[in-house]
Amino acid sequence: MSRARTQRVESIAAHAVLLVAVIYALYPLLWVVSLALSPEGQSEPRAVPWPSSPSLDNFRAVTGWGDAARSWLFVRQLSNSLVVSLATAFTAVVIATPTAYALARWDFVGKNGGMRTLLMTQMFPGVASAVPLYLILDALHLLDTRSGLVLVYAATAVPFAIFQLRGAFLAIPVDLEEAAMVDGATRAQAFLKVALPAARPAIAVTSLFAFMSAWNEFILAATFLGRESAYTLPVVLQRYVGEYNTQWGAFAAGAIVVSVPVMALFYVAQRQLLSGLTAGGVKG
Amino acid sequence: MQRALKLLLLVLAVVLLPACAEPTPPSVIVWHHYRGKEQEALEKVARAFEAETGATVALLALPYDGYGAKLEAAIPRGNGPDVFLSPHERLGTYLANKLVTPAGGAFPDEDLARYEAASVDAITDGGTRWAVPLATKCVALYLATKYVQTPPETLEELLTAGRAAGKGVVPLAYEAHSAYFHAPFLHAYGGKLFDGKGFAMVGPEAERAAARVAELSRAHDIPEEPSGDLVKQMFTSGGAAAAISGPWLAADLPPEVRYTVVPLPRIDGAGRMRPYLTVDGAFLTPQGASKERARALVRYLGSDASAKVRAAEGKQVVANRAVWGEIDDPVLSAFHEAGTLAVPMPASVAMRATWVPAEQALRKILRGDATPAAALAEAKARYDDVMRPPPPPPSPVPVVLLMGVLLLAGAIFAVRRVREPSFRRELAASVPAYKYVAHAVVTVFVLVVLPLLAGTATSFFAGTRDEPRYVGLTHYIEILTARGQPLLSHGSFYLTLLVTVGWTLVNVVAHVGIGLVLGTILSRPLMRMRAVYRVLLVVPWAVPSYVTALAWKGMFHRQFGAVNAILAAVGVEPVSWFSQFSTAFTANVATNVWLGFPFMMVVVLGALTSIPKDVLEAAEVDGATRFQAFRLVTLPLLKPTLLPAVVLGSVWTFNMFNVVFLVSGGEPDGTTDILVSEAYRWAFARNAQYGYAAAYAVIIFGLLALASRVTSGVGKERGGAK
Repeated sequence: MSRARTQRVESIAAHAVLLVAVIYALYPLLWVVSLALSPEGQSEPRAVPWPSSPSLDNFRAVTGWGDAARSWLFVRQLSNSLVVSLATAFTAVVIATPTAYALARWDFVGKNGGMRTLLMTQMFPGVASAVPLYLILDALHLLDTRSGLVLVYAATAVPFAIFQLRGAFLAIPVDLEEAAMVDGATRAQAFLKVALPAARPAIAVTSLFAFMSAWNEFILAATFLGRESAYTLPVVLQRYVGEYNTQWGAFAAGAIVVSVPVMALFYVAQRQLLSGLTAGGVKG
Repeated sequence: MQRALKLLLLVLAVVLLPACAEPTPPSVIVWHHYRGKEQEALEKVARAFEAETGATVALLALPYDGYGAKLEAAIPRGNGPDVFLSPHERLGTYLANKLVTPAGGAFPDEDLARYEAASVDAITDGGTRWAVPLATKCVALYLATKYVQTPPETLEELLTAGRAAGKGVVPLAYEAHSAYFHAPFLHAYGGKLFDGKGFAMVGPEAERAAARVAELSRAHDIPEEPSGDLVKQMFTSGGAAAAISGPWLAADLPPEVRYTVVPLPRIDGAGRMRPYLTVDGAFLTPQGASKERARALVRYLGSDASAKVRAAEGKQVVANRAVWGEIDDPVLSAFHEAGTLAVPMPASVAMRATWVPAEQALRKILRGDATPAAALAEAKARYDDVMRPPPPPPSPVPVVLLMGVLLLAGAIFAVRRVREPSFRRELAASVPAYKYVAHAVVTVFVLVVLPLLAGTATSFFAGTRDEPRYVGLTHYIEILTARGQPLLSHGSFYLTLLVTVGWTLVNVVAHVGIGLVLGTILSRPLMRMRAVYRVLLVVPWAVPSYVTALAWKGMFHRQFGAVNAILAAVGVEPVSWFSQFSTAFTANVATNVWLGFPFMMVVVLGALTSIPKDVLEAAEVDGATRFQAFRLVTLPLLKPTLLPAVVLGSVWTFNMFNVVFLVSGGEPDGTTDILVSEAYRWAFARNAQYGYAAAYAVIIFGLLALASRVTSGVGKERGGAK
């Protein structure tokens, strides 16, 4: 078989695999879309769901279309979600990166114990940590503030971020930094100017992860926030789940609205994700 | 770097902006969980109260999920509301946690004549009135006008009329497996769910009621596996001649559906079907009780003026008697009438633990897996087991002694190490590293480790948060001895552990496998439409899992699910997914793999891009095949980044509560529950035994910690490249 032909066959196979995966990924979402477009929030059971009379009523209801006060509130809640999630991603990465770097590059007293503790924190199911957290935030006077929420989310995301970034730093050859330091750079400069740019793809993945953990969380947000104008979107969505019944149409419409920014963010972040090699710094 | 710093300052400035302070604090703060029309009516009533008294009322609408948790966290700390609205059946929990005060001046004796007697009974406990009753909720019979014109006297008449409606129409749609909806049948035969002390759905009456429902199911008079949503959909689309549901269904029906509502009928050879009645009450918190305006507002909420607005605009079945003469809404009046025939739901804490065993029994009976007598006796045994009172408090001396010895040993060890000169040198050498880690240590300790330690501490206690009782290691002993049952008996710790381990293995293998394949394909440099594929493939991660998990559950529905529709198209018999362990487990796994593979794919993508291309080129020059290059070069280089994701992914899957809870819900019969869902049940569905749940959590933690030591954990691997 010629090389070109092998490549063609491979390319077709690759597309086939991806198509199957895309169908698996998107098929259940047809229901969500169909629910969102059905006026009464009921999707008829069919192999390919499509509402008999699609309408955007649910989207209007969720965003408060046509009612200035309500749509303003929705915009505020959307911006709360964005600010909280972006700040969470940022804070988590800022906290985790130097730690991950230290864990990857140096041996120090307490390193192994600390890493074990970090891993262990992930093992504890958080069934009942809402109340202790409430007490801590109360003591810090951070209840009902976005900063408090961001801190809690970021702290939860930090252990994973540290492990992920440490792995990335381990994969970066240490020679680069040593060369920089021979050239007169300080340790901190070597970290900031050499190691950090090389770890960009991992930082992008880690930020995305931290962003997502904050973006979809509602239990802690509902517990800590005391004003509707401070709510994040998941709390607003969860309001459609009632004691006896759930407004699935509105919930589904809201879920779609909520997921659009994430997809947009991912689309943008892809560039970061793939730029690891092209970022010239790695070659020294 | 300066740019990054500026960005950091900007973000912090935005985040740390003081939460825009309210100009003047409101005189009364009210929390509620109302939505839609009920919420609008409540807001209107609050505005009317403000106009009348000059007070300011701040209303906060909360999600129903987590409402109780928020009340429990906030009120004892003085951060709660002055007034909150809640269904009365949680009164027992509120009393146990001291969240409410007697209504007192908000409900003087002279107001007694205002309210329906049943509503007053519901909010009374120990001779004290604890709330002002606002509205009642119970189920009634919805009749589709095109199939049933005259209200049936008996269930049998209804079924005859329904069967005549034709093929494809179910005579009666309701959530047969739910104990709340089963209660009218139970009451018709003279049975009870709860007798004031414990689970009472046993004996000949309860068996006859269950047998009657099983008969309905076998005759296809009721739909299979009916969820509330399915009931609504069938009734709306003309697929059901009648439905049992509450006032909430009327709010959701489109205007073109013609229907009437009547109280539930009688059953031939038994009595009338009497549903449970719940009463929404306005409760005063300890903080609100001291405020005159809060008391005035609570009283006002029950008044005629308020009731009129709530009935006319909120479509509430108000508990105020005076307004019923003026209401000409037939649906509301029907629910009002149904309410007078209903049984007020017991409000004790012990009542709330009856739902799950009753539902498990009903599902078993409806599937034909057990006779009513056997299933109900089993449910009773399960309830009694769960509610077994904790043993008398042991002396705390052994545990304190143990902790003391451990602390002392730790201190001696630490002192001896510090005295070693080599250790001091190491410590001095570690100082630069500490500068890089100190802030993370502080944050993680305060916000992650401390709450976990607090959780661990609760595992030594039983009773309410307010009055904990020390029980020592009892919870641990109970769990590890399978509560005195055979080790692998139903719902035992060890059986659940086996399921959990299997669940974790299958999921992680699938996540990593799919993630690796997709990640590798997507990083092929010449791949077309890479960007589009990548975005489409992360969609499952982007959409909130609450709604997608339920979409999956719907896809596995026996009668209406897409999976069975697809199977039918290729000639496979429809599968009843949630009636066997193997299929229910498969459904859970399919959902969780769907939810989790995008994350792994993204991690692989990120890791692949850090691999220098020249290494792969070198391998190719050396004559390695593509597969060899992948196995010998790519995979080892992926290891440092992939390994933490795999280890943590396993840990998260081990504790993945959401999917199990939302998709199979433990079906059939709790067999697909994993350890963490068991812990959750102890905390929230079984008499709020937080201590027991915490002990479960600590054991889960111990197991995982052990597992990570046995398999070489994240901490072990050394150096990636060089």
